[in-house]
Amino acid sequence: MASSAAVLERPAGAASGRAGGALAKGVATGYLTLVVLLPLAALVWSSRADGAQAFWHQATRPEAISALKLSLGVAAVCALINAVAGTAIAWVLVRDRFPGKAAVDAVIDLPFALPTIVAGLTLLALYGPGGPFGVDVAFTRAGLLLALLFVTLPFVVRAVQPVLLELDTEMEEAAASLGAGSLAIFRRIVFPNLLPAILSGVALAFARAVGEFGAVVLISGNIPFRTEVSSVYIFGQLQSGNEGGAAAVSVVLLAISLGVLLLIGAFRRWRTRHDV
Amino acid sequence: MRVIWITLLGVALLAGSATGASKGGSINLVAYSTPKDAYGKVISAFQKTQAGNGVDVSQSYGGSGEQARAVAAGQPADVVALSLDPDVNLLVQKNLVPKNWAANSHRGIVSDSVVVFVVRDGNPKKIKGWGDLVKSRIQVITPNPFTSGGARWNVMAAYGAQRRAGKTDKQAIAYLYKLFKHVPVQPDSARAALQIFSQGKGDVLLTYENEAIYANKKGIHTDFRVPKATLLIETPAALTKRGSSKPAAKAFYRYLWSGTAQKAFADQGYRPVVKSVASGYHFFKPPGLFKISSAKYGLNGWAKVNKRFFHPEKGIMAAIERSIGQ
Amino acid sequence: MSRYVLRVGALGYLTLLLLVPVGFVFYRAFEHGIGPAWDAVSSQQAVHALELTLLMAAITVPANTVFGVILALALVRSRFPGRGLVNAIVDLPLALSPVVVGLALFLLYGRGGWLGGLADHGIKILFAVPGMVLATMFVSLPFVVREVVPVLREIGTEQEQAAETLGASPFQTFWKITLPAIRWAVAYGVVLTTARAIGEFGAVSVVSGKIQGRTETLPLYVQAQFEQFDIQGAYAASVVLALIAIATVVALRVFHPREETS
Repeated sequence: MASSAAVLERPAGAASGRAGGALAKGVATGYLTLVVLLPLAALVWSSRADGAQAFWHQATRPEAISALKLSLGVAAVCALINAVAGTAIAWVLVRDRFPGKAAVDAVIDLPFALPTIVAGLTLLALYGPGGPFGVDVAFTRAGLLLALLFVTLPFVVRAVQPVLLELDTEMEEAAASLGAGSLAIFRRIVFPNLLPAILSGVALAFARAVGEFGAVVLISGNIPFRTEVSSVYIFGQLQSGNEGGAAAVSVVLLAISLGVLLLIGAFRRWRTRHDV
Repeated sequence: MRVIWITLLGVALLAGSATGASKGGSINLVAYSTPKDAYGKVISAFQKTQAGNGVDVSQSYGGSGEQARAVAAGQPADVVALSLDPDVNLLVQKNLVPKNWAANSHRGIVSDSVVVFVVRDGNPKKIKGWGDLVKSRIQVITPNPFTSGGARWNVMAAYGAQRRAGKTDKQAIAYLYKLFKHVPVQPDSARAALQIFSQGKGDVLLTYENEAIYANKKGIHTDFRVPKATLLIETPAALTKRGSSKPAAKAFYRYLWSGTAQKAFADQGYRPVVKSVASGYHFFKPPGLFKISSAKYGLNGWAKVNKRFFHPEKGIMAAIERSIGQ
Repeated sequence: MSRYVLRVGALGYLTLLLLVPVGFVFYRAFEHGIGPAWDAVSSQQAVHALELTLLMAAITVPANTVFGVILALALVRSRFPGRGLVNAIVDLPLALSPVVVGLALFLLYGRGGWLGGLADHGIKILFAVPGMVLATMFVSLPFVVREVVPVLREIGTEQEQAAETLGASPFQTFWKITLPAIRWAVAYGVVLTTARAIGEFGAVSVVSGKIQGRTETLPLYVQAQFEQFDIQGAYAASVVLALIAIATVVALRVFHPREETS
């Protein structure tokens, strides 16, 4: 295309492109509203139905607070472990070679595709009473963490893999030829490029861990103040007819999770402030 | 391309299932999960009768409380079969089930069972009565009474047994506190509790006789004991307002008390409520059997018991849960 | 040396946390031979459950993929107020436990809910396929977005700007420059979305009405078998789900054969 013709053509093409872009954004917004925002709004609305005082009362009951602290705490630990392990696994899957690598890569998502009852049953059978390894973490916080690590396994791995695949190895090779050790290369060159992806995966892992019910309910034991997570507490309140209490605690959990997600986003922006 | 085909297939499936229009009409059964096999048999038998000929019966099975909430949220239901009265009463409150749903010869109760102890093979810890449950180092498994409505039968059986033994209300409640100190885990449902017990946790499991019998039938070995004093579990079924306007639904509801239906329940381990059928089965009759309405033992029916024991905040059970955790 | 340590560490973690449990699932499914496992998944109820699950995926995955790419582009390439908030909201569906997702959908579409009137006009959302699709979309929404956003940030806008100055329309730029650059991210996003869409139990269970043979997906079938003490059947059906998830990744390999990077 001759450049003079391009200058004349660009505004028209750009305008229809922009209109198309605006339509796409409109559709995406509508989709987000219908699928996510409306149900969330209905939930928040119902939690305020009995008034602010009732909301506060339900949200600050000792069992509720204990369940919230447990859920958030265990989810945070789970997310951090995933950050390290997930990155290592992604690295090994992309950069390393070993027999059976393709097979391992194919099953990374299985914790996700298996119904949570099966995840719970399997972990209980393997790492609970009577398990073949002589390890019994069932009905403890360790068992709870184990179940969460299982269901959040794919997140960081799958978030980091595509970035590693697209990563240009020139800088690493240059640094290596200049004598930099592999750890230094990782820290200074690779890691900053992976950080946004790792944080992406961490956010997903945290969110899932906070809301998980099926995989943990079998192995955690559900003792209030000790191993009862928010999702089980909320279920219990609902079953006992306390819909207002269930909604209130759900909304609090949601708000705190939103806060954490916003923090993760802010952290990313701070660490990569040279980039877009 | 394949996506389009699958979508078309799906639409076709949808269209096929949405009509469900058979010449006899259609009924919707919403039930709790345990009696699924029995209801399957009952429905097949019903469809062979004149009233059930050509009638399409849709079946939904799930946790009793969840099913009640689903019907309250609009799930079509003509006959509801739940695991305890309060779940049916939720639907009465929501104006979906008539207030007089229990006004028939069996008070709306379709089958009975009792609370039992499941023990290890051969009963090595020699668990026979409620007193044995609180002996040192005995571990008791029971579902959480807040997540599992059915677990409330367990709690009230424990309480009632104490009252029957002559203890005062205060002493019986103290027993409950003691009992729950022996409970290391509280699974969310009866089925989960049995699973955890069969994997090796705990010395005794509190559950319903029909669960234990059915598990045996399905290859999960259970050795259970019926304590001398125990609570009669009565499982209700109700005809909804929606169902009241369908002759087929009314016929199906009545059919639940027919000989065939009661035998189907009995074959799954329930105690039939129709005497003529019950005489054909040999269930152990505990000498100290009491009911949720046995006022002399402090059991004044589910409405009062629920409020007193299982109110999520002020109930006695809520206080007990707080005490074991803190 | 460090490569070896990393490999052993990562694989050790994976073995304990992933390979052994997955192996266990397959073992329990085929414990008594292939025959019983096949019988368990070839019943009419199981086959219908599988078809319904595939239908869920067939609707949810393309919708969330298209939406995910559009939203990722909007989040990274344009500036609009509340960008950070939208970014965080996208992840929020995951933080709700399935019970709460069901509750929220009941509050919206159920009797007395904001859109409860739809049912009165014959538009069945809850206890029918549409409600189940909405629930599945809700819980699998973030994945494509989350995969694509970091890669979009990583690749920068140089190539796209160059294309624009050469006169390419935004659509051409997207199709020929952006999309190929994010194809791995989209692919992994699709893999995750598919896995979640086929494996989702909790939220779908609540809104489906659990109507046997009509609104029962494969995960619901798995739960039903567990409740009926048919644990082997539950595991066998889970193997079917696992195979679908594996097939998704294999399809990825086939359509995008990977260039080795080392």
